[in-house]
Amino acid sequence: MYKYDNYDQQMVDTRVEEFRDQTRRRLSGELSEEKFRPLRLMNGLYLQLHAYMLRVAVPYGTLSGAQMKALGDIADKYDRGYGHFTTRQNIQYNWIKLEDAPDILADLAKVEMHAIQTSGNCIRNISSDHFAGAAADELVDPRPYAELLRQWSSFHPEFSYLPRKFKIAVIAADTDRAAMRLHDIGIQIVKNDAGEIGCAFYVGGGMGRTPMVAPLIREFVPLDDLITYSEACVRVYNRNGRRDNKYKARIKILVHEMGKDEYTRQVEEEFAHLKSQGIEPPLAELERIKPYFADPAFKTGLSDKIDRTDPDFALWVDRNTVTHKAPGYVSAVISLKPVGGIPGDASADQIRLMGELATEYSFDECRVTHTQNIVLPHVEKARLKDLFDVLDANGLSSPNLDTIEDIIACPGLDYCSLANARSIPVAQKISKRFAGSGKTAELGELKLKISGCINACGHHHAGHIGILGVDRKGVENYQLLLGGSEAEDTSLGKITGPGFSEDGIVDAVEKAADVYIANREDGERFLDTYRRIGMDPFKEAIYG
Amino acid sequence: MKILTGNDLKTGDVTWWDGQGWSRHVNDAVDVGDKADEIAAREEASRNVVGAYAIDATKDENGVRPAHIKDRIRALGPTVRPDLTLKPADPAAGNWVI
Repeated sequence: MYKYDNYDQQMVDTRVEEFRDQTRRRLSGELSEEKFRPLRLMNGLYLQLHAYMLRVAVPYGTLSGAQMKALGDIADKYDRGYGHFTTRQNIQYNWIKLEDAPDILADLAKVEMHAIQTSGNCIRNISSDHFAGAAADELVDPRPYAELLRQWSSFHPEFSYLPRKFKIAVIAADTDRAAMRLHDIGIQIVKNDAGEIGCAFYVGGGMGRTPMVAPLIREFVPLDDLITYSEACVRVYNRNGRRDNKYKARIKILVHEMGKDEYTRQVEEEFAHLKSQGIEPPLAELERIKPYFADPAFKTGLSDKIDRTDPDFALWVDRNTVTHKAPGYVSAVISLKPVGGIPGDASADQIRLMGELATEYSFDECRVTHTQNIVLPHVEKARLKDLFDVLDANGLSSPNLDTIEDIIACPGLDYCSLANARSIPVAQKISKRFAGSGKTAELGELKLKISGCINACGHHHAGHIGILGVDRKGVENYQLLLGGSEAEDTSLGKITGPGFSEDGIVDAVEKAADVYIANREDGERFLDTYRRIGMDPFKEAIYG
Repeated sequence: MKILTGNDLKTGDVTWWDGQGWSRHVNDAVDVGDKADEIAAREEASRNVVGAYAIDATKDENGVRPAHIKDRIRALGPTVRPDLTLKPADPAAGNWVI
């Protein structure tokens, strides 16, 4: 885990006091809402449907046990006893009082956390692989690079008022667990033919109303050019990105309209110029950061044997644990998707408990996933049953990772002022339908993602099955998409046809699942079958 | 009828203009006719409310009903957490918004 140095802490503490003064001036009338709004948004404080909402940054999704416990305490002390883990690996609180916001930021600062740059047209929280440092297939741990980028992008004076928000993901495995190519910049740490470590840059991806898969603009950027090349990418965007129309202001539109080749040419030109300016931090800074992410003291000689006598435990092991690079360990995923529950929500008690379990079972570390679950990255296989029993006693043992019950859903119209339709009730009905029918296991890996508006916080474009809620003359209506993926085989889902009512969309999803079951070949996932047989058989079944 | 809604500046609570001040209950909302902008400007300047805006609504023996589902959800609370709505004892309260 990265630890703040004095400079980091002072920066965050200073920001808290600055916001405390801004809030005081707003409440006293010295600041109008027009002047205050951008200031509160810079500190992650939105005004949502029912109240203020605070979005707290979780850099690359990594949290210590103490940080997780502090998040639970905040949920109790300042909110209504729960928090919502988001598709940006962050946490949101839905019922914040403005007058409490500075105190919350102060509480966060005590555990080296903040809400800076979780809103606004700046570089947002850097996301990464939630199995970083544990995955058996990764080249290196991507988090030191993500941390270097976090430091570079924090309060970057040139990039505080970009044309639009800007999201970066960093991975270091060929398996993409961070939707890397659906980011403004996706960086994959790679090794070249000479055996050197560097970065592949993908630029111009994103979801939202104009979804695009980021093209590769450079196969290999040496490590000691990581920041300079990133700066060049963002600088060309900042210079040329559209500011006249917010719907065309993201970098994906620029890369698309300018053309990948011309955008890349300008980046290379800017890169050459910046190289002469010497802006790259010395590699020593990266080397300073790396030890914070060193492997914990894994025991050696551990057995890989797991006692599978308890069938519920055995099912959970099969579904919710992932191969670890160290013998005798696994990464355990705590599903925040109980049947009929609210995807990504956890009570204050559950959040604190997960923090305690991180300390007790996983070298004091846990991760927030972009799929709205929590990972304990380093758990001894021999202790898995003990862990499972605690989770099971606290409503956290749903054995449904990557199944149709493991649904991503944005807050939707139940909470979000931008939404057009509710997402959560649809997710609840689908998970109940499939859990009740017993088809979940038969369907295997099937990623279903729901957004309540075109902004796509629920990643509907990238779901094997995606659902988009729209407003049709004041009535909620739901479009169905098939064939999306946010993994290394990134693709964008296609709309099946006319939309459905809330109950109709649940029926349509079941019909699509039945088409898969009827047509699949050995070893095929839903996505594979869709790609092989195409849309027509699904449309026929869904629309008759 | 036209009614006026916004959020309480300090707490963020959803509020409705009741003719004298701001109420948490949509049934207290009154028809503001063509005075919405005037009231909103005055109340925002007084820091009683933030983000005030006028909406269409109807009123009958069951009370005031905002025309759009978004405002009905604002009036009630999240339909997926009946315990956090203004009618926490009614698990079916969310049906009102549909």
